[in-house]
Amino acid sequence: MEISEWGLTAAIFIPLIGALVMMFFPKSEEGTHKVIALATSLIVAAIGVVLLFDFDYDRAGEMQWTQSVEWIEIIDAQYLVGIDGMSLPLLMLTMLITPLVIIYSWNHFPSPHNPKAFLILTLVLHTGMIGSFVARDLVLFFVFFEVVLLPMFFMIAVWGGEDRKYASLKFFLYTLFGSALMLVSFLALYFLAGGDTFSIVGLAEAVADNGVSRNAQIWIFGGMLLGFGIKVPMFPFHTWLPDAHTQAPTQGSVILAAVLLKLGTYGFVRIAIPILPEAAVVWAPWIGLLACIGIIYGALGCLAQTDMKRLIAFSSVAHMGYVMLGIATLTDWGINAAIFGMVAHGLITGMLFFVAGSVKERYHTLEIQRLGGLLISAPRMGWILGFISMASLGLPGLAGFWGEFPAILAAYNPANGLPIGLFRVYMVVAALGTVLAAGYLLWLLQRTAMGTPSEEFIDNPEITDTHREEWIAWTPLLILILVFGLVPGLIFNTTDPAVELQLSECLSVETEDKANFDVGLCEAQGIEAALASLGTVSTADGE
Amino acid sequence: MSSLFAVEAAPEVSFTNEASWILENVWLIPALPALSFFLIIFFGKRLKFGGAEIGISAVGLAFLLAVFANGSWWDHRDNYDGPAYSALNGEIDTHHGDDHSEDALGATITVDGQIENVLLTAEEGEGGESHPAVAVLKKMDWFENGGESFSVGTLLDGPSVIMLFVVTTISLMVHVYSTDYVAGDRRYTHYFAFLSLFTASMLAYVLSSSILQMIVAWELVGLCSFALIGHWWEEKPNSDAALKAFMTNRVGDIGLLVGMVILFFSAGGTFDVVEINEKAMAGEISQTALTWTAISLTAAVMSKSGQFVLHTWLPDAMAGPTPVSALIHAATLVVAGVFLIARLYPVFFLGFSIEGSSINGLALIGSITVVFGGLLAFVQNDIKKVLAYSTVSQLGYMVLALGVGAWTAAIFHLFTHAFFKAGLFLGSGSVAHAVHSFDMKKDMGGMRTYMPTTFKTFLICSIALAGVFPTAGFWSKDEILVGTGGLGVGSDAANGSYHLMLVMGLIGAALTGAYMTRAIYLTFFGEFRGHGEPHESGPRILWPLRILAGFALFAGLLNLPPGFLAGSAKDPAGWQERLLHVTEPAAAYFPPIAHAVPSWTLAIVASIVGLLGPAIAYWYYFIKVDGLAKETGEKLTELPNGLVAKNKLAATGHAFLKNKYYLDHLYEDVIVAGVKGPIARAAAWSNKRILDNVIDTAGKTAVQAGRFIYDKIDQGLIEGLVNGSGALSTESGQGLRKLQTGKVQQYAALLFAGATILAGIFIVLI
Repeated sequence: MEISEWGLTAAIFIPLIGALVMMFFPKSEEGTHKVIALATSLIVAAIGVVLLFDFDYDRAGEMQWTQSVEWIEIIDAQYLVGIDGMSLPLLMLTMLITPLVIIYSWNHFPSPHNPKAFLILTLVLHTGMIGSFVARDLVLFFVFFEVVLLPMFFMIAVWGGEDRKYASLKFFLYTLFGSALMLVSFLALYFLAGGDTFSIVGLAEAVADNGVSRNAQIWIFGGMLLGFGIKVPMFPFHTWLPDAHTQAPTQGSVILAAVLLKLGTYGFVRIAIPILPEAAVVWAPWIGLLACIGIIYGALGCLAQTDMKRLIAFSSVAHMGYVMLGIATLTDWGINAAIFGMVAHGLITGMLFFVAGSVKERYHTLEIQRLGGLLISAPRMGWILGFISMASLGLPGLAGFWGEFPAILAAYNPANGLPIGLFRVYMVVAALGTVLAAGYLLWLLQRTAMGTPSEEFIDNPEITDTHREEWIAWTPLLILILVFGLVPGLIFNTTDPAVELQLSECLSVETEDKANFDVGLCEAQGIEAALASLGTVSTADGE
Repeated sequence: MSSLFAVEAAPEVSFTNEASWILENVWLIPALPALSFFLIIFFGKRLKFGGAEIGISAVGLAFLLAVFANGSWWDHRDNYDGPAYSALNGEIDTHHGDDHSEDALGATITVDGQIENVLLTAEEGEGGESHPAVAVLKKMDWFENGGESFSVGTLLDGPSVIMLFVVTTISLMVHVYSTDYVAGDRRYTHYFAFLSLFTASMLAYVLSSSILQMIVAWELVGLCSFALIGHWWEEKPNSDAALKAFMTNRVGDIGLLVGMVILFFSAGGTFDVVEINEKAMAGEISQTALTWTAISLTAAVMSKSGQFVLHTWLPDAMAGPTPVSALIHAATLVVAGVFLIARLYPVFFLGFSIEGSSINGLALIGSITVVFGGLLAFVQNDIKKVLAYSTVSQLGYMVLALGVGAWTAAIFHLFTHAFFKAGLFLGSGSVAHAVHSFDMKKDMGGMRTYMPTTFKTFLICSIALAGVFPTAGFWSKDEILVGTGGLGVGSDAANGSYHLMLVMGLIGAALTGAYMTRAIYLTFFGEFRGHGEPHESGPRILWPLRILAGFALFAGLLNLPPGFLAGSAKDPAGWQERLLHVTEPAAAYFPPIAHAVPSWTLAIVASIVGLLGPAIAYWYYFIKVDGLAKETGEKLTELPNGLVAKNKLAATGHAFLKNKYYLDHLYEDVIVAGVKGPIARAAAWSNKRILDNVIDTAGKTAVQAGRFIYDKIDQGLIEGLVNGSGALSTESGQGLRKLQTGKVQQYAALLFAGATILAGIFIVLI
């Protein structure tokens, strides 16, 4: 059998098998557990590498490595997996992050230690994450989406910080609430679309053919918006995130930031928009509004933080705001930017959490006021922090830029049917957000890395420079941040055909019209007109 | 030329991709220092000279290639006769089929199959040939988006080739100088690494073939500036200055991003510089779009090129090592904004309607900066700050020149200014190296006896800066003043009549000479006020000074106005308008701007006004202050009973200047402190008190409702959820245990059941 027929299934279930195998070894054999977990994640990564080479980039818009098996016939749920240019970068990100997290953990398991349980949870998470990115059936997607929830809950609840119980339950219940609404939407969609398939493509066709009423579409999209939006997280549903991130162990934070948040945004571009394009147009101005509030609000939240990890957590709200803004434009540029932004945010914020974790391990605190002089105490780590801060604030030449700038660009000229004046206001607000981003990141850098170490940490033998496991875990991320920054085509060229195919069909974006676009519109529709158009939309969805 | 607004014929070609080896492979020039950056970062510390040798070799090689490229371009400019293209019309081989404005303007090139080397008879004193300047454009695919492919590449034409020369020359001087100046520094290797990265980014910037590439390089030079200003980041003022520079530039970058986005869409979805410019020239971009773009980009120019009100970061940037100030904050990086205008000149030229006007935003900002920046230089005690404000003022001249349509004058001034200002900064560094301070009043004085070579070079560069005949500054400043076309003085064939700009320019000239006289007196004359025994610097510092002083004297000869030193019979124009000829693009992507005819009257008036300032300063310092000092035997730096001491109005003005127009207070104490303080805290507060409270209340309410139902209805199925939610507030441990002991299945069942019911309701309802 060709690997393209079983590769994805193997990638999904090998981590589970690894976890099962680990069950049979006693807790005390830590070495064995580590080796099994790492080997498992590396095998999955190897499948990823094969996929990377086997993937037909000329047909990046089409599903590849597909597999289809009847699953739960009574509700027409199928085991349907496959990958295209939109999901490939995210799948690769997942396959990369997990082994790196395991390597990082090697000798640095958070208290209360117990590598066996920790690694088993990591592998179960891995299954859930991979499954979510390759699922082509809503029931299957939902199952994997939920599989992710529990391991992360336990990771925070058991290995987390002082306030872990509150944080973990908040995370769990909040996300659960979103999932419930999402499931409601899925079920409603299933029944309204004829009740014979849960496959994404099938539903999209059914909605297009049968013409699920506009109102129903809007309501269903609203349910998904809550479900995915909480996961992203979008303002104002973000409040679980700072708590979860701050309390989670480093590894948990990294996975959470690098992959889990993307499940939400991925849900929008893979499920919500392709299936319900009409509703997407109705909701888009609102999504854009929340995205912009998120950008500014998240940045302001960052400026007020006194804890390094909490600051980074808040920065995710701002960064995901750019991703959501890109999505809200419903244009090829915007959605390409969103996917690039997801990958970039995964690499960069994942790295930021790694460094925060390492700082915490050395200083036993993340209070920004007490830190300082990292560049003197641990110069290499200080430089790494400087590098990723620059990447995070969207410096061109590094990965972060390609998620931000094209999103801003796309907001200038959103898809047809969207209020142009309003989106141009969004564009300016988003551009303003880049200044605030520079502010909180550079002030963080100044207060933690520059200056001289405070009395309490001078000549502290615990504060050592980057060690071996950290180098192994971080180098690939650092290199990718630079490479994607210089050669954005590596991601754009892969996602673009898929985005074009997925979205140009369901959204008749008149690309030709762009050529003759007149900025004059900008004047005609000032802010008042922009606000008025928000009003129009609100009446539209109240129909 | 008789008509005031006469334009030259616009050629209809723009670029080619065939040229000599160096012009086709010009990417090597930025690639060398880029490579050097990585080599220094990874191996520098292990080398004998800490990486400096790599940096110097790379930049030296880049310099040689840049010289080579310049020579090759001069040849290409006049003698290229291969195929040529236009971004709009493809390969140009026939004249017909075009009813664009070129015809209306009366294109003068007759093309048969190929572009011919057409020699025009000198049109109204312009002289020379009107062979089009065919840019060399090399591109490759970068990425694909929206189904379109976007490219990265090099655009080599007059302005970029001259920038290659300026950047590599100054960079090489600074590299050599730095080996002595920062010797023994705690981060010697990093210093050279970032010098390399800066050089690479700046070279990449001037060669960019797309505006997207320009944005990337623009930000990278900003990054290097940040890293080098904050080079000694142990001390907070230095890291503060670095942050300030970066943040202020970010504010301007809003304009850059917005402007480029507008340009992208209004030019039909392209980032290509040549294509955008050609479309602007052909009228394919609406006037509204051009104006908005020009306004937005002006914000970016204001921050990068230190134009008034966004200039405040530049003087603070002097916290970096002095050679960095010379390279980055005087000669190269800060002219990136000027180059941005020059590069996208059709956008500004048409967007601001420069032609035929007497005022526009760009010219106004430039002229305000000339005067207001210059005034601030008078109240500085730090010699580098004097030079920094002088840079602000001189950048104002360049922007002013571009604003009035004197494109070549701006580039010419950029060119000459780079040399004498770098020379001044390096000279001030040489002095500071000897006295270990930058404070002219406290630690300098009488330095001419201790450091004769530094003094001489500093003096020459100052004279050039003041624009005294016949130094470089004279020629370039005069060309700007003439270019304004103001007050009817020599306004023949200027692009408009910018009276205010001419007046401001003249005031600026007087100010420049005056503050430099003050700086020279305080530094080099009078009695030495510092400690120890200063001595002259070593050869690695002095030779760059000598070379730069040489340029300060002679660089002006490159663009003599017609009437000066005409050439031989073989080359009748000689050095006359040589720079104009090789630099100004005579191509379809450049507006056909008019060239003002130099005027003797203006040159003489400007010289008199320009000398008036230094004369007054001379009288004050060299006669009054010096005389009093000799009389009393004290070490004086000002008159104890001067105007400021006696006159209240003067004192107020002085305080106003001392406080830098209170702009820093506004930015730092009001805006930044406001955002960082109350506004950020309010956001955090609302997050905690409002959003979180809603969630917590919802959780608690759910618990209470659950308790109520449990108590009254006693339904076991709900128990799990109740306890789970209950944990949010009080019974967290219990809730956790329940989940761990099998309640998860219950929850799942509940979830699915609940969801199905809800879905049912949903379907019934809608």
